[in-house]
Amino acid sequence: MEEGIITAIRIVPLEHYILLSFLLFSIGAAGVVFRRNTIIILMCLELMFNSVNLLLTAFSAHHSDPRAQVFVFFIMLVAAAEVTVGLSILVMMKRNVDSVDVNQLNRLKG
Amino acid sequence: MNQDLLAALVPALPLMGAIILASLRRKLSTNAAGGLATALMAGAFVCSILLFMGFDATTGGRTVKLLDWIHVGSMEIPLALRIDALSLTMMLIVTGIGSLIHLYSIGYMHEDERAPTFFAQLNLFSFAMLMLVMGSNFLITFIGWEGVGLCSYLLIGFWYKTPEYNYAARKAFVMNRIGDVGMVLAMVLLFQRFGTLEYATIMDAATGFNDPMMIAATLFLFIGATGKSAQIPLFTWLPDAMAGPTPVSALIHAATMVTAGIFLTVRSSVLFELAPFTQDIILWIGTATALIAASIGLFQNDIKKVLAYSTVSQLGYMFVALGLGSYSAAMFHVTTHAFFKALLFLGAGSVIHALGGEQDIRKMGGLKGHIKITFLTFFIGTIAISGLPLMSGFFSKDLIMAFAFDRSPVLFALLLIGALMTTFYMFRLLFLVFYGKYRGNAHPHESPLSMTLPLMVLAVLSVVGGLLNLPHLFGGHEAMKHFLMSAADGISNESLELSHVTEWTLMGITTALVAVMIYIAYGRFAQKATLEGNEADMPFFKRLIAQRWRVDELYRALFEKPYAWLSTNLFSIAEQKVMVPIMNGVGAAANSLGDGFRRLQTGYVSFHMLAMLAGLILFLVITLMSN
Repeated sequence: MEEGIITAIRIVPLEHYILLSFLLFSIGAAGVVFRRNTIIILMCLELMFNSVNLLLTAFSAHHSDPRAQVFVFFIMLVAAAEVTVGLSILVMMKRNVDSVDVNQLNRLKG
Repeated sequence: MNQDLLAALVPALPLMGAIILASLRRKLSTNAAGGLATALMAGAFVCSILLFMGFDATTGGRTVKLLDWIHVGSMEIPLALRIDALSLTMMLIVTGIGSLIHLYSIGYMHEDERAPTFFAQLNLFSFAMLMLVMGSNFLITFIGWEGVGLCSYLLIGFWYKTPEYNYAARKAFVMNRIGDVGMVLAMVLLFQRFGTLEYATIMDAATGFNDPMMIAATLFLFIGATGKSAQIPLFTWLPDAMAGPTPVSALIHAATMVTAGIFLTVRSSVLFELAPFTQDIILWIGTATALIAASIGLFQNDIKKVLAYSTVSQLGYMFVALGLGSYSAAMFHVTTHAFFKALLFLGAGSVIHALGGEQDIRKMGGLKGHIKITFLTFFIGTIAISGLPLMSGFFSKDLIMAFAFDRSPVLFALLLIGALMTTFYMFRLLFLVFYGKYRGNAHPHESPLSMTLPLMVLAVLSVVGGLLNLPHLFGGHEAMKHFLMSAADGISNESLELSHVTEWTLMGITTALVAVMIYIAYGRFAQKATLEGNEADMPFFKRLIAQRWRVDELYRALFEKPYAWLSTNLFSIAEQKVMVPIMNGVGAAANSLGDGFRRLQTGYVSFHMLAMLAGLILFLVITLMSN
C-alpha cells in the first residue's frame, strides 16, 4: 500500500514538483507582501508552508529517505500553532481598529 | 622564642592594635584605648630588644620570609623582613620612642573625644614605619613609605574641623607624593637593571657598576628622600604639619618618619657610593637646608614652629653626613636627634597643655617655677641639641662637623654657623618660655605622670645617648659604627683622618662659640617682660628671613598660579571652545542621521515584509555567490 503511494509520487518527475513548489511559494510570498487583507495574508503564509511540505515529501520519495517526512510533520504542527496565534491576532485587530486591513496597523511609523 | 616569630610580631602588634582600636573606637574610653595602644607598642619594643639580644652582628643579618607575594615570570617579590644592624637600630628607635610617645598621648589626648581614633592611627603609623625599616626589598619599604605618608596626612588633619589644618594635611600629602614619584622611578630603574628589588641582591650586584643609570637612580631615590625628610625644595610641608597634635609632631615629624629618607639612603649606601655626583648634590642640598631652616627658626614665635624648623635644619645635617659618605654619623645623629627632638616636642606639648592650648611664645615666660619637671627636661633637651659638651647632640653633631672639616674648612664654617643659629634659637625659645615674667593669663599647671614620665626617660637618653657611639677621643670605640658596618657596606669606606689636636681644636672652637651664643641669647631674651615682634619695622633682609624666605609665596607664584591659569584657560578655551562643540556636533550628527533613517520606518506591514524578503534574498544570493 505505502509502496504504491511512493511509486505514484515517483511517476511525476522531480523537476515538476520543484517547479510547482516554486510557483506556490512565490504566489504565497507575493500575497504576503502585496495583499492588505490580513486573512488573505495568513492564507498565503499557509500556502508557503505547504509548498515547502510538498517539496520535502517529493524529495523524500525520490531519494527513498523518510527523514524529510518527519520534518513535514513538525512543520504542520508548528503551522497549526502559528495559525492559532495568527487568528487570535486577527480577532484582536478587528476589535481594536475595526478592520482587517493590515496597513491600519501603522502606529510604529517613525 | 623563635627569632622569625619575634620579627613578625614587631610590626604585627601595632597593626593588631590599629585594627582593634579602629573597630572599637566608639566603645573604648581614652584610657582603655591608650593603654592598649601603649601596651602593644611596648610589646613590639620588647620583641625588638629580644631580637637585638639574639642578633649576631658578624653574620651580617638575615631575611625572614613571611609570604610569597608577587611571583610573575622572573619577577619575584616576597613579603619578607630584613633583620640586620640597620633595621634593628631603626626598630629600637621607632618602638622605644614610639612607646613613650603613646604613653604620653594618654595624658595629652585625655580630653579629646576622638582619642581612640587617634591611637588607632598612631598604631597604624607605627606599623607602617616598621614595615618601612624592616622590609627586605624596595617594594615592602615602599608600602611602609606610603603608609607613613597616609598616617601623617590623617594625623596632621586630626582636628579636621579647622580648615587650615586640613590644608596643612593636604600640603604634606601632595609634597610627599612628589617625592614618592622619585622613589617609584628609582625602583623602576633598579628593577630594569638588576631584575630584582631585594636590597641584598642589588647591593651585591651593584659593586663595580659605574654608569649614568646609577646617578639617575640615586638622584630619584634622593628626590624621594627630600619629600619624606623635608629637604629643599620639598621642606615647606613640615612646619605646617605642626597643625597635628603635639605627640604626632614628636613621633612622626621629628623622631621617626622624617628620618625615613636618611634610612633609605643608608640602606642603599652602596649605590650612592657609586654615584659621587649625587653625593655632592646631597651634600649641598643638606647644607643649604640646614642653614635656611635654622635662619627661619630664629624668628618664629610659635613654640612648635621653632622646633619644626629646627627639625628641618637637623635633617639637613644628617644629609650633609650622607653626602660626605659618613653613614654611621648620619645614623648616629638620627638616633640622638630622635631622643632630644622627641623630648623637646613632648616638652613643648607639656607647656601647651599647661597653658590650655597656648602656642605663642610671646604669651609665655617665667614658667620654670610653675612646671618644674617640664622645665628641667626641656632644659636638658635644649643643651643636648645645642651640642653642649658631653651631651648626646655634642657627639653626633661634632662627628658630622669633623667629617665636614675633613672635606673642606668652608663646609665646616657653614655648618658651624648653622650650629650657632641652632643654639641661639633654642636658647631664645628656652628663655622666652621659662624665664622672665609670665606674659599670658592662663593658670599653668604641671602635666600628669603619664606625660612627665616619658619626658624624664627621654631626658636621660638625651644626656647619655652619646655613649652609643663614643669616639676614640673620649675613650670609646665607636660602637654604633662597628655595629652598623655589618648592614651598610658604605660605612666601611668611611675614613676620618684628623689628628687629635685638630679634633680638640674644632671642638674647642665650637664649644666656645656656642657659649657666646648662649650668653647673647640670655642677654636679649631672659629678662623680657614684653616682646615686640612687628615685622614691618624690620630691615629688608631680616624681614625676608622672618617671612620664611617667602618660599611658600615663591611656590605659589611658580606652581599654583600657573596651574590655576592653565586650568582656567583650559576650561574657557579647550573645554568650551573645542571639546564642547565637538561633543555637541557628534550628538547633532547622530540626530540628523536618525532623521534620515526614520523615513524607512513606514509602519506599513507589507513594506516591512517586503524588506524582510529582500533581505533574505540578498542573504541567500551572497551565500551562494561566495561558494
